[in-house]
Amino acid sequence: MHEPIHRIAAEHIRAGQVATGVGASVKHDSAIKHVRGEALYTDDLPEPRDLLHIYIAQSTQAHAKIISLNLDAVKAFPGVVAVIQASDVPGKNDYGAVTEGDPIFADGRVEYVGQSLFAVAAEHIDIARKAAALAKIDYEPLPALINVRDALAANSFVLPSKTFRRGEPEAHLAQAEHRLQGEIEIGGQDHFYLESNIALALPGEDGDLKIFSSTQHPTEIQHCCARVLGVPDNAINVEVRRMGGGFGGKESQPALFASIAALVTHHTGRPSKLRLDRDDDMTITGKRHDYVIRYDVGFDGQGQIKAIAFESASRCGMSADLSGSINDRTMFHLDNAYYLEHVSIISHRCKTHTVSNTAFRGFGGPQGMVAIERVIDEIAYQIGKDPLAVRKINYYGAADDPAGRNVTPYAMTVTDNILPEITAELEAAADYATRRAQITQFNRENTYLKKGLALTPVKFGIAFTATHLNQAGALMHIYSDGSIHLNHGGTEMGQGLFTKVAQIVAEEFQVEIDRIKITATTTDKVPNTSPTAASSGCDLNGQAARNAALILKGRLAEFAAQHYTVDAAAVRFTADGVQVGAQQIAFNTLIQQAYFARISLSTTGFYRTPKIHFNAETGKGHPFFYFAYGAAVSEVTVDTFTGEYKVDRVDIVHDCGASINPAIDTGQVEGGFIQGMGWLTTEELVYDDRGALRTHAPSTYKIPACGDRPRVFNIHLRCDPNRENSVYRSKAVGEPPLMLGISVFNALNDAVASLADYRRHPHIDAPATPERVLMACEKLRAQKNPPEHVHA
Amino acid sequence: MNTVRFLLGQELIELESVSPTLTVLTYLREEKKKIGTKEGCAEGDCGACTVVIAEVVDDCLHYRAVNACIVFLATLDGKQLLTVEDIKTTRNELHPVQQSMVDSHASQCGFCTPGFVMSGFAEYQNRLHKLDDLPESQSDEAVTTQLTQVFAGNLCRCTGYGPIIEAGKTWLIQAEQTTPQEITEAEATIIARLKAIHPQTSKTLTQAGQTYIQPDSIFALTEALAAAPGATLLAGGTDIGLWVTKQHKALDTVIYLGCIAALKRIEVRGGLLEIGAAVTYSEALPVLIQHFPTLEEYLYRHRSTQIRNAGTLVGNIANGSPIGDMPPVLIALNAQITLTSQRGQRPLALEDYFIAYGKQDRQPGEFIESVHIPLNPPGSFGVYKISKRFEQDISSVSAAFYVELDDQRRVQTARLCFGGMAATPKRAALCEQALLNQPWNEATVQAAAALLGQDFMPLSDFRASREYRLTVAMNLLKKFFIQQQNPRQATQISYTGGLIHA
Repeated sequence: MHEPIHRIAAEHIRAGQVATGVGASVKHDSAIKHVRGEALYTDDLPEPRDLLHIYIAQSTQAHAKIISLNLDAVKAFPGVVAVIQASDVPGKNDYGAVTEGDPIFADGRVEYVGQSLFAVAAEHIDIARKAAALAKIDYEPLPALINVRDALAANSFVLPSKTFRRGEPEAHLAQAEHRLQGEIEIGGQDHFYLESNIALALPGEDGDLKIFSSTQHPTEIQHCCARVLGVPDNAINVEVRRMGGGFGGKESQPALFASIAALVTHHTGRPSKLRLDRDDDMTITGKRHDYVIRYDVGFDGQGQIKAIAFESASRCGMSADLSGSINDRTMFHLDNAYYLEHVSIISHRCKTHTVSNTAFRGFGGPQGMVAIERVIDEIAYQIGKDPLAVRKINYYGAADDPAGRNVTPYAMTVTDNILPEITAELEAAADYATRRAQITQFNRENTYLKKGLALTPVKFGIAFTATHLNQAGALMHIYSDGSIHLNHGGTEMGQGLFTKVAQIVAEEFQVEIDRIKITATTTDKVPNTSPTAASSGCDLNGQAARNAALILKGRLAEFAAQHYTVDAAAVRFTADGVQVGAQQIAFNTLIQQAYFARISLSTTGFYRTPKIHFNAETGKGHPFFYFAYGAAVSEVTVDTFTGEYKVDRVDIVHDCGASINPAIDTGQVEGGFIQGMGWLTTEELVYDDRGALRTHAPSTYKIPACGDRPRVFNIHLRCDPNRENSVYRSKAVGEPPLMLGISVFNALNDAVASLADYRRHPHIDAPATPERVLMACEKLRAQKNPPEHVHA
Repeated sequence: MNTVRFLLGQELIELESVSPTLTVLTYLREEKKKIGTKEGCAEGDCGACTVVIAEVVDDCLHYRAVNACIVFLATLDGKQLLTVEDIKTTRNELHPVQQSMVDSHASQCGFCTPGFVMSGFAEYQNRLHKLDDLPESQSDEAVTTQLTQVFAGNLCRCTGYGPIIEAGKTWLIQAEQTTPQEITEAEATIIARLKAIHPQTSKTLTQAGQTYIQPDSIFALTEALAAAPGATLLAGGTDIGLWVTKQHKALDTVIYLGCIAALKRIEVRGGLLEIGAAVTYSEALPVLIQHFPTLEEYLYRHRSTQIRNAGTLVGNIANGSPIGDMPPVLIALNAQITLTSQRGQRPLALEDYFIAYGKQDRQPGEFIESVHIPLNPPGSFGVYKISKRFEQDISSVSAAFYVELDDQRRVQTARLCFGGMAATPKRAALCEQALLNQPWNEATVQAAAALLGQDFMPLSDFRASREYRLTVAMNLLKKFFIQQQNPRQATQISYTGGLIHA
């Protein structure tokens, strides 16, 4: 069975095949509209008559009882049409996606600064905002837990703690030749999608609503609006053509805004729009979880890990939201690429009085990987080896590893470990050994500037860990003129999903992609969809669309066989038309003939991921369909006067299976890397003692800018086919590359470690802001030259 | 005539009544339903709303990319506003900037894309007419640096910028290889139309109790300011814009300085470089770098093209911010300002302008007419900006050092000024004192640096802690010393990524 797979990988576009099928670097379907400013986002849709604009009044307290909420002056303000609060919710006042605990409007108590109190709908947003400020609110402040350590000390959790365990970690830690303990703080991250959250609600007949929402999860918006209004799901239709970025921030969060717009429209009978400005978006919506992770590791003289114990705690914020699955994924990725024989992983899900943290590209995985990569570096410095050597001897073994070093802490066997090959390829491409020597030399010769180098691997599990979400649907019509209408449950947030799925359909029918109309995701075409998340968009929806195409192809082949009296097996779809026995029929002709013969030219398609299961009780199973791999080498220069730094060069080898679209996949790798780098370097979420976020706009929250991109940036896609039977043997590529950015973080630590001759780890927490880098420099310098020995 | 007139693309817009705080972005999206221009942050930091303003300079069109979210509509008087909807070629083809972005896969979600397109468009158009002097052939490195400057004010969260830079290399080459163009017929028409609406007189417009005053001379300005001493003086609006979009302030009376020719002056006179109140950073930058090459890194680092195209040097002084980047530099260079009112002119040492946080020595009816910088100072001069991100970031600390030695290598003059260390831009008095008349050596510098802890009690905030600010301040003085002592030692990283040898 290997032969045909290789054919697809090696000969993406073979002679005689359509040019825009699988494997072609087709342009993003909206590229021309993007550059012309003609791609419509929700705020760009023509505004309906009588549109109301909504402003959300927010809590100024992290934790307080609301003694009174007097909205008289708000309601009386000229231009205000409706003021809506908890008591105006006819259904359930909650938008929690998995469990309850996320009120639409605070009801008697607030639990974070920025929490929604009430909404004002007015003729103009300025009126709504001004009116909202007139509310008279009396709070009775309650003690607030702001960070992870506060919450841990108070045993404050949103969900029970969980443990994975294998072997006898305590005993083996005690016996280990070497042992070290430590702790790392890993900061959160704002999504900073360029398009902030928005919802537009339109009234229909019988109280039905049409909702336009910038969401990765239209079905969740539908459920939530229905629940809030107390109407059945079929009264709500949700549509999204595209988002201006999502990154996980539009998985559960948009439900709040869509629900409020639905409520306003429900109460007023008028269309309504709720668009957050940047500051409100950053204040009201959840972010990547920040963590404190403690580790205790035992290892031998070569640096091979014999036993390890992790205790992980994350700031979930005021509610559970998706924190259960996110923290599970941290547990699933605290091994990253390494075999951990005797292991215990404890995970605490801390409740704090801050915004409820949520999904973000990587979904808890990246934080786990940062922690184990820190452990590896610490081991290396302790035994005086290059961290890369320690990485390699700890890698998972091959599928047939004689020592059985290929089973994860959650009992899934790693059968497709290609990291040794990727690492070797990258070491050669990046000239690792030579550059390591050059950098050591540079650091010896330079007192003030120091260089660092790090190679870090990525092994990322692909599938929703909530098994039921691993399903997808599609809807496909072929019109009698031969044009194809394609719809599926996935959403487009810039990742090129719509393009890739259309390429799959083009490949199946052997027609060019411009014949296929890509259409907005709506809940009335494909129901009960999963969020476009977990990197699964193409794996799931591509398969569902392919399934639909295969069904229609089957009908057409059967019809053609009858019509032309040939065997159905002799009907083939080719780039030159449909081959029916010896005859070649134009695709359009066959479609017309099929129509006249009363063949159904419309179908749904469906897919469910095979093989996956997980037992949450035992912490064992096969939660992932497969793993995606990659590795990066980053080189940095640090100014040890100021802590400022630049990333000089990055080399990446990333595994994307048999790529459906190498240009789009490369874009995901490059963008993901930069976003991961930003998370671990300049993006700092600062909460003050009152629990208010102080960095809530780009003037204070610094995502990477154009100049932060490394000047030398080599990306190599590794396009060997997926060993699992994924769609066209491709691999998911949305999240995994984010974690390549960890190499920058480790390289920064490496540069600073040179100040102590690599004997001591500088313990820079994430994000490694210039401040943290400088303070680590100062600490190492002071340890090396205790003050009494300073020569002035 | 009290009418604001501008071209929106090809359409002449005439407004007899306009709110002085209506932003171009709100106007475009809400009133004109031109939705190609996006709002990403409403504070001039993300560039999603980038539009281009065309003006006649030396009988040629000059294009400036600006952030529509913080440019007030009334200030477009006499100019052409171009948005992404306007840049189609005559045959409705894509502009080269657009085409190369499509070809390079340079958009993903596409929300930031129109802003990038417009930043590129302004650069492309200016290059067509060779308004900038360019070397014939340039290294890939140099081209990347130029593109980094062009796009420093445009954030993209999806692509990681690589394909945008690649596209840029294509369109830059295309612009370079296009033979220097004669002004086309279409451009000649625009030039004529812009000349016809060029504001000739002072204007006053009102709407709903708000007043916009656009004086045409310093005299008219002093009169207007005397009549309304509480009025807000507006130049580039890169700070005042945020009062409106972020603090939602209603400004009653706004006086715009941008139509006064006398305030647009950059002149060298009597050993002084004189920069008027309406001179933007982009206009001042080449002259500043010519006279003070050390400033190049500093100036490119702390702003974006869009902000440099709007913001003014004098505005950075006038608003009195403790973290403004120019005051420490100018104080170290011993600059003076001229305050002007109906009562006449009042010269003032710049350092005396800053009294306390939010309090400056500006009397009612006064405005800062210009800043004067002594040229060719004999001593050593160094400037440093420290921020989380290299580009477009407000400093946690900025420092400017000027030191003169006598022939015994003893310190004769020391002007060490810091931003971000106190409630105002402030000189380090004790530290300077410790340097004076001392030999310029490591021991002196160490001892002087140690006194910075007495000179300053910086705040801890979301940009930096007090401890970091103090440590960096001390280290910067040491760095300055080392750079003077041993220029071959690599001591600094360039914003372009290379190493700097002092």
